[in-house]
Amino acid sequence: MAEDGINSFMTGPDEAGRFGIFGGRFVSETLMPLILELEERYDFAKTDPSFWAEMDDLWKHYVGRPSPLYHAERLTAHLGGAKIYMKRDELNHTGAHKINNVLGQIILARRMGKTRIIAETGAGQHGVATATVCAKFGLKCVVYMGAHDVERQAPNVFRMKLLGAEVIPVTSGRGTLKDAMNDALRDWVTNVRDTFYCIGTVAGPHPYPAMVRDFQSIIGKEVRWQLAEQEGEGRLPDTVIAAIGGGSNAMGLFYPFLDDPSVRIIGVEAGGKGVDDRMQHCASLTGGRPGVLHGNRTYLLQDPDGQILEGFSISAGLDYPGIGPEHAWLHDTGRAEYVSITDAEALEAFQLSCRLEGIIPALEPSHALAHVMKIAPGLPKDHIIVMNMCGRGDKDIFTVAKHLGVDMKV
Amino acid sequence: MTRIDDTFARLKREGKKAFVSYIMGGDPDVATSLAVMKGLPAAGVDIIELGMPFTDPMADGPTIQLAGQRALDKGMTMDAVLEMVRAFRAGDATTPIVLMGYYNPIYSRGVERFLTEAKEAGIDGLIVVDLPPEEDDELCIPAQKAGINFIRLATPTTDAKRLPKVLQNTSGFVYYVSITGITGAGAAQAGDVAPEVARIKAATDLPVIVGFGITTPDQARAIAGVADGCVVGSAIVKDIGAGKPVAEVLANVAALAGGAHAA
Ligand SMILES: Cc1ncc(COP(=O)(O)O)c(C=O)c1O
Repeated sequence: MAEDGINSFMTGPDEAGRFGIFGGRFVSETLMPLILELEERYDFAKTDPSFWAEMDDLWKHYVGRPSPLYHAERLTAHLGGAKIYMKRDELNHTGAHKINNVLGQIILARRMGKTRIIAETGAGQHGVATATVCAKFGLKCVVYMGAHDVERQAPNVFRMKLLGAEVIPVTSGRGTLKDAMNDALRDWVTNVRDTFYCIGTVAGPHPYPAMVRDFQSIIGKEVRWQLAEQEGEGRLPDTVIAAIGGGSNAMGLFYPFLDDPSVRIIGVEAGGKGVDDRMQHCASLTGGRPGVLHGNRTYLLQDPDGQILEGFSISAGLDYPGIGPEHAWLHDTGRAEYVSITDAEALEAFQLSCRLEGIIPALEPSHALAHVMKIAPGLPKDHIIVMNMCGRGDKDIFTVAKHLGVDMKV
Repeated sequence: MTRIDDTFARLKREGKKAFVSYIMGGDPDVATSLAVMKGLPAAGVDIIELGMPFTDPMADGPTIQLAGQRALDKGMTMDAVLEMVRAFRAGDATTPIVLMGYYNPIYSRGVERFLTEAKEAGIDGLIVVDLPPEEDDELCIPAQKAGINFIRLATPTTDAKRLPKVLQNTSGFVYYVSITGITGAGAAQAGDVAPEVARIKAATDLPVIVGFGITTPDQARAIAGVADGCVVGSAIVKDIGAGKPVAEVLANVAALAGGAHAA
């Protein structure tokens, strides 16, 4: 497409794993040969029909894809403007989009002969998805989870254990998602021969951001044909909206539409208590600046000396001080817009979805929904918004109850 | 010739192996850290590695992680690290100083500005863990141009195919990481390290120094014996973290240096 002089937004990353200046391979020498091997094996797998045949089969029979594209009629009527569709990835096995990517990485890991899988998790959804697929294939699974998150996502911790995974509470640093990722990287550096690091979002060193995006792109691909089916051949969404922690569900929805200039793309970051200089938020693009962490260059929450700051959000899944490098690039090129939503706004959207649609959303997509609530009323009725309902709220009911002042202790 | 090159030339004349020590800048506070640093040369340290604290030290074990946190909690900054180097240089013009850490604090400051200030402060080399040869344009090439050595890590996963790439833009010395793992993890056996060092030395004229997992004078002697020297980090940082008096920290350093120099 013509704007910005860029012919296509879908050709990245380049050979160095860069999206513009973002991305790259900022890892220690010990890991470098491993990520080069991973890149080689992934490049082979992604053009191998038998790899995708295996994926398709499991997506269909194990995950339950395609997930529905659902016209949220009462929500649409309530907001009185744009026509709102929800992409129902919360109906996937394990309750979120995370398993789309996990399946891809685990099938790849098996092809590489790896027997031990490690993962980091924030909300626990990626950890549960990884533990699930490892159980299915009889692989050893170790999940690193910030000690703080272990507390606020207790049901998912128990799920992972039921599935046979070892959950390691991370106390290093400040005991949050970024520290869990540090400890997973430390594990990988130590266990280089048998271990595969299954990263849960479009971050990390190349090829992870591109690989995770490719696996999640099933979301946007399905939306394309599902919308055509429901709205008529060739009908594209006018706006696509998704919440962003690291940015994997968002990249999955956005990527297939990057070269359709009529499609407005909006990513929603976690605004926590508000995006101001008190840093009580996780809005890396709105409140951060470029830096290098976890193997890639991207926008990061950091102090003037380049020390990484802790994010803050009601949603453990969005509590990450960075964002996938492709989003950083889409932001700088102007192809996508990024906004932020506060905890309070997300909580309101959470309740609205429950009452109007009978869908209890996770707190992460509640952020996307809150932005839909902001813009839909001002848009014409023939404007189609697709928001990514990327997770269900079962894991969050305790957090929400607490914020609503409800005592759940029986 | 940098101070690092001069030091290896001297050690060669004296027929001695190099003893390299690591401490975290500003741990537990600037005054103590500087006092330890100033005492290192007299304790037998040939090259000083000075850690720049970072919130997310991906390649470090708990000992050095905690040291960085102690320093940051006391308000340690890049300015203060550079100031420590200047203060050290005021009394020591010859002992090489290698800054060791992660890229983001350097990138955040701006590479050009950082290199100018580092050179002016008297820094001789850099070890930046998260900059492999694939990212040489970021800092390695500019550092060499500024007259600062860029010391690369080689590891057990650096195979024959990759080794030339790792050695290509390395200067000063090569740091062989003897284990796959993080700092402070278990020790390597000299018998396993020897062939690896030989493999690297066959491909470069640079000195090869071995680190990770060395905690006792005996290990220092054994490992230095199969290389051009050895590095001790966590064992010293642990003493500092335990709040031992500076004199006791330095006495242990002297014992470790004695081990390496007896090789
Ligand atoms: C339901 C849900 N949505 C979103 C996220 C955030 O991740 P990403 O931005 O990679 O989609 C998480 C992470 O745990 C999640 O569980």
